[in-house]
Amino acid sequence: MFPPSFQNIIVGMKTSSIILLAIFLLLLITPGCSLLSESSENPSDQFTTIENKGSDTIVNLALAWAEEYQVINPNVRLSVTGGGSGTGIAALINGTVDIANASRRMKIEEKENAVANGSDPVEFVIARDAIAIIVHLENPVNNLTLQQLSDIYSGKINNWQELGGENRPIVRLSRETNSGTHVYFLEEVVRLGEKDNKTLFSPDTLLLPSSEGIGAEIRENPNAIGYDGLGYVTDEMKVIGVSAVDSKEYILPSAATVNSGKYPIARDLYMYTNGTPTGAIADYLDWILSEQAQEIVTELGFVPILD
Amino acid sequence: MDKNITRHESLITFFIKSTGYSAIVFVGMIFIFLLLEGLPAIQKVNLATLFSSRWYPIEDYFGLLPLIGGSLIITLGAILIAVPFGIGSAVYLSEIAPRWVRDLMKPFIEILGGLPSVVLGFLGMLILSPFLRKLLELPTGLTALTGSILLGGIAIPTVVSVAEDALDAVPKSFRDASLAIGATEWQTIWRVTLPAARSGVLTAIMLGVGRAIGETMTVMMVTGNAPILPKGINDLFSPVRTMTATIAAEMGEVASGSVHYHVLFLIGIVLFLISLIVNITASAVVFRQKKRQERILS
Repeated sequence: MFPPSFQNIIVGMKTSSIILLAIFLLLLITPGCSLLSESSENPSDQFTTIENKGSDTIVNLALAWAEEYQVINPNVRLSVTGGGSGTGIAALINGTVDIANASRRMKIEEKENAVANGSDPVEFVIARDAIAIIVHLENPVNNLTLQQLSDIYSGKINNWQELGGENRPIVRLSRETNSGTHVYFLEEVVRLGEKDNKTLFSPDTLLLPSSEGIGAEIRENPNAIGYDGLGYVTDEMKVIGVSAVDSKEYILPSAATVNSGKYPIARDLYMYTNGTPTGAIADYLDWILSEQAQEIVTELGFVPILD
Repeated sequence: MDKNITRHESLITFFIKSTGYSAIVFVGMIFIFLLLEGLPAIQKVNLATLFSSRWYPIEDYFGLLPLIGGSLIITLGAILIAVPFGIGSAVYLSEIAPRWVRDLMKPFIEILGGLPSVVLGFLGMLILSPFLRKLLELPTGLTALTGSILLGGIAIPTVVSVAEDALDAVPKSFRDASLAIGATEWQTIWRVTLPAARSGVLTAIMLGVGRAIGETMTVMMVTGNAPILPKGINDLFSPVRTMTATIAAEMGEVASGSVHYHVLFLIGIVLFLISLIVNITASAVVFRQKKRQERILS
């Protein structure tokens, strides 16, 4: 079936895949060496490992906490990964992580699922986050009401001209459906917080798999509008002032406007554990609520929780 | 002594045989697993929902049409790019290029084939999509076209390698005969060499298609993932969501056993069936071709 020189391909493939393999091995070995030598000095049974997974909004904050905490408590190893709030909660239910990060409350179905799987999730509020509405730097629009945002994302407003901007089509950007930010935005902005409101995102809303995907498109595309946690906003994007449904005052997101309750699109960030935490996990969560850890919250652009 | 050798031989034969059959066993087991996890979706979601054009799983909208349409339009675009470029390169390498050019270019094409798709996706997101948006004055550069171009690039090395080998296998006497009766070089390539290597070239195209339709990461990064049902060739310039990107983006969040979970496996079955059809078509074409050759030779 194959011509005789097919062998040449196989040989060719082999050389290129051997080179690739060599590169991968090199990458693996370099950090691996240091790990190996460390663990041979200290027997591993002295360590407690805490697995921490979930929301991409929280992942940078959780990483910063983990780094700091491991300096204070060298006997605790924290492993932090992202993936989305839904992913973290699913992992907690399946018993593969100790702490799940979530940028939204657990859904009723998830709670039922957890109980059915024999786990008992306990909720902690660990910080607050404002969701910033972001556009390209050259976009002349400064302010939007919640109602206008809802109309944009449900597909009723399709041109920036209708909002006092240039004659450009609106390109709607959103996080993927497994993101807690997506679910929060659907409930509080697209549906304006109304329980029986069944408005959906317009089907042509771009669902981007990462905050970086949204950032890249906002920086580059003057037609785009997006939303993301305040911690992900950089100088290369323009933040839009938002007014609540029954207010005429446009507010920019900041720690002060979130804690005073003026900025309308702000939410609590959560960690969930399986049952009331004990031992190392309880110590870690106590530390997160301490002043020292909450300072890191401010540094990363999130809003610390007030006592 | 003799007995020992025979036993040895039969043992080795058995071992080699079982490695050969294991491919069939694995494919069978994967298909059974997909069926077991995917078919409950048909019971739990009614067919009208599955054939609707709205995909929004967290509110129980499970319309598969936009996803199937998205995968098809991107693959079609990739074929339109990969076939002319791939076959053209193969013809150049095997028929026209001097020996040293060929020795230089083949490794480069193989390296292109080995590029991780995430890297291509990253280039597409930061360079190709802004470029296309400005060039074509589109609302956004994250479109089916961007995905098609990158997928075409991914499929080209496969098409070139296999097609070039097929052209290479055409006996030199075919070309000599054609040139001897006064055909030009181009006439020889178009009328003699390419038709003689047709089955291998078609295999190359089919393998390229298979490579394109299964690609995930690149597509997820550059196509915008908006589940819009493509209605015509114009929708090449709007965002789409493919089946592979949907499974990759959503599999992590679903609770195992939920309706959404089963529907994602159903998408897996659809993907599996599509690549099965592509492969069967490919081997059917090759098979028919062989019979015809045998007829001529006898």
